[in-house]
Amino acid sequence: MLEMRFLRDFIDKIKPNFVKGGKLHWLHSTFDAFETLLFVPNKVTLKGSHIRDSIDSKRNMGIVLLALIPALLFGMWNVGVQHFLSHGVEATFWQEFFYGFWRVLPIVIVVYATGFIIEFVAAQLRGHEVHEGILVTGLLIPLLCPPTVPLWMVAVATAFAVIIGKEVFGGTGMNVWNPALIARAFLFFAYPGQMSGDGVWIRDKGDALTGATPLAEIQAGSLDIMSAQHMFVGLMPGSIGETSAIAILLGAAILLFTGVASFRIMFSVILGGLAMGGLLNLIGGENVWFQVPAYYHLLMGGFLFGAVFMATDPVTASQTGTGKWFYGFLIGVIAVLIRVFNPAYPEGMMLAILLMNTFAPLIDHYVINANKKRRLKRAQIVAEQT
Amino acid sequence: MSKEIRIKRGFTIQIEGEADKSLMSSTFKIDSYAVKPTDFHGVRPKLLVEEGTVVKAGTPLFFDKADERIKITSPVSGVISAIVRGEKRVIEEIRITPDQQIQRIDFGKEALEGLTCCQIRTKLLESGLWACIRMRPFNVIANPDDKPKMIVVSAFDTAPLGADYDFAMYGQKENFQAGLDVLAKLTEAKVHLNVHEELTREDTFLSAKNVVINKFSGKHPTGNVGIQIHHLDPISKGEVVWFVNPQDVIIIGRLFLEGHLDMTKIVPMAGTELKRTGYHNIIAGACIKSLVEKSLISDANPRYISGNVLTGKKISLDGYLGFYDHSISVIPEGDYYEFMGWGMPGFEKFSFWRSFFSWVTPNSKYVLDTNFHGGERALIWTGQYEKVLPMDILPTQLLKACIVEDIDAMEQLGIYEVDAEDFALCEFIDPSKTEMQEIIRKGMDLVKQETS
Repeated sequence: MLEMRFLRDFIDKIKPNFVKGGKLHWLHSTFDAFETLLFVPNKVTLKGSHIRDSIDSKRNMGIVLLALIPALLFGMWNVGVQHFLSHGVEATFWQEFFYGFWRVLPIVIVVYATGFIIEFVAAQLRGHEVHEGILVTGLLIPLLCPPTVPLWMVAVATAFAVIIGKEVFGGTGMNVWNPALIARAFLFFAYPGQMSGDGVWIRDKGDALTGATPLAEIQAGSLDIMSAQHMFVGLMPGSIGETSAIAILLGAAILLFTGVASFRIMFSVILGGLAMGGLLNLIGGENVWFQVPAYYHLLMGGFLFGAVFMATDPVTASQTGTGKWFYGFLIGVIAVLIRVFNPAYPEGMMLAILLMNTFAPLIDHYVINANKKRRLKRAQIVAEQT
Repeated sequence: MSKEIRIKRGFTIQIEGEADKSLMSSTFKIDSYAVKPTDFHGVRPKLLVEEGTVVKAGTPLFFDKADERIKITSPVSGVISAIVRGEKRVIEEIRITPDQQIQRIDFGKEALEGLTCCQIRTKLLESGLWACIRMRPFNVIANPDDKPKMIVVSAFDTAPLGADYDFAMYGQKENFQAGLDVLAKLTEAKVHLNVHEELTREDTFLSAKNVVINKFSGKHPTGNVGIQIHHLDPISKGEVVWFVNPQDVIIIGRLFLEGHLDMTKIVPMAGTELKRTGYHNIIAGACIKSLVEKSLISDANPRYISGNVLTGKKISLDGYLGFYDHSISVIPEGDYYEFMGWGMPGFEKFSFWRSFFSWVTPNSKYVLDTNFHGGERALIWTGQYEKVLPMDILPTQLLKACIVEDIDAMEQLGIYEVDAEDFALCEFIDPSKTEMQEIIRKGMDLVKQETS
């Protein structure tokens, strides 16, 4: 505790420089961000409830980060596994992991550096506290990228996402679309060559593997893909964080147990995907996509990652309880629809979520109206009686 | 008629420091009383006394400029010692130095059977006890000309460190029944006495006559009259429900049985900054100093609250118990820094959420202080507030309507059915630390101002 006392004294000593009138006032948001990161402030309640829950935004974001760790670590390992496999070389677990670790870490660092600089400047200009959202966005973006993505591209995409995807709307809590998916969509449409095709999913690919993802193989007309068990474990080509159902479900368990993410959304996305996939199975058809077992949709591509980490973003999802069911279900349905009926690209999760982000306020509008109507009806009955 | 209502949503705050169920000795001497005009929300006071005026228990101190019939009277006899004004000369306190022996104004002791509803109303208005009758919507003093659709008395308090009315009102059966009879005769509306399946055991409530007894079960905020009304017969635009605290029912009963104003009540004094907790037999408006001072723990850093920890008002050690407050809470101030507090496992951190490891010990109680535990953020954690607001109300949307002052939306989303206190738990669990009670109060004020 002595060190903490020391640290606290140091902060208290330099604090006057950052308050209004101090010579470093232009850095006050940055100072505040670090101070509140190190110490929960001594602020006390003045009005309203005298006691407050121990929870805060930082804690919630921390839980999301924690939930992303399994997918991140697995992703690092998988980058190594795929690399060595494609060269036909045997490697130990640690060789594989550290190969991936040193390839993924720079992406994470670049995203955080870009994101933080913009956030700090934005907070300073607007005079508010630095919001923790960037911590989560900054880890989601690398996990959504293929391991071969050039670093400058990630930096540009992150800047685009934070500025155009979030700050122009008024910052955290005001944005319409999930910023991490905005980054992903930006990369996807601006640099399609680096974001799709069989060459991008394996770092320094050798010739022992084609490098095609299961989705790409089906798109090419082949149902001869890896087993469901294999996809569930997730040692396959794909974006860094999306491949392992096990790692993602571990994260889902953390989010659901702590109550940070909505069970309704997660569950209904999966339900929507299964329902649409199942319906297509029933219809059947020439297209091999119609024959893909419904549950394969959950295991391939970014479906599960999207359902657990992207669709559940409370800012961009539906805000009403009933609305969340519709919102999630439609994401699942549309993701599968895009996969099956869109000839241009095999993955549909990103676009499905962005589309439903757009419609979430409309869904809420109907739910809210239903609530209003119940009340209005009652008022009319009262008015008639009197 | 009488209903049984099970309320499933809600939350119990596991706070330590509940008042011991014992009556504390009455050897203390209270040397100051005060009436705080700010307790009566929306009332614009016109003073009838000045410093040095000699008053009796029942002497009017001020009336409401908007309705001169609404008077607030002195709870004790003595001399007006000070009139304390705050910003913009708002009258904050009318302080009274009490006499040794309380002198009371005689309001007459006619039998209730012989009185018309008009006479009852006049007697309540003259004695100042009309202020005990409040209305929903808006949670303000009832308009004597309104015709309420029902009058509600909640006989239990589910708030953390709240009062146990079974204990506080023991032996007051006669006065309580008399008060209920007064309310029943006051209007054509039925009086609903709401009891709790487990918390209410006393005969005073369970065998009350002349009322509809409804049985509720559930956690806080089940004890809030707003929640109860919502489940009994929700308020639509244009409707009015009156409500009275059971302690005030007793005081009304006494007025009619004894003919004078006796605002004695038994209130809990609770909280972890006290080494001894218990119930005090005091008169409304008492200065808390002599009650609290000797019970404080050593090296205390207390926050004194008139009322409970969710909805009460912050007062100083020299402060006074509010007119509508029926408990005193003394909890630790939380003005400390906590190193990496948000990142710790949190075995000792109480939370509604299971983000902290305190979920492994769901039944242990916690010393809760006034620390904010974080910074204010945008209102983004939707879908959770509903879990602690057992009403057919969309809390996030109603709050947003209040913030943007959209009166139509507020009406449509149910502003008439809620009170700030109903949002206290939402405010407690909120990770974005939004001041919800204030937002709702301002929204209600705006709607009241625009619609009346």
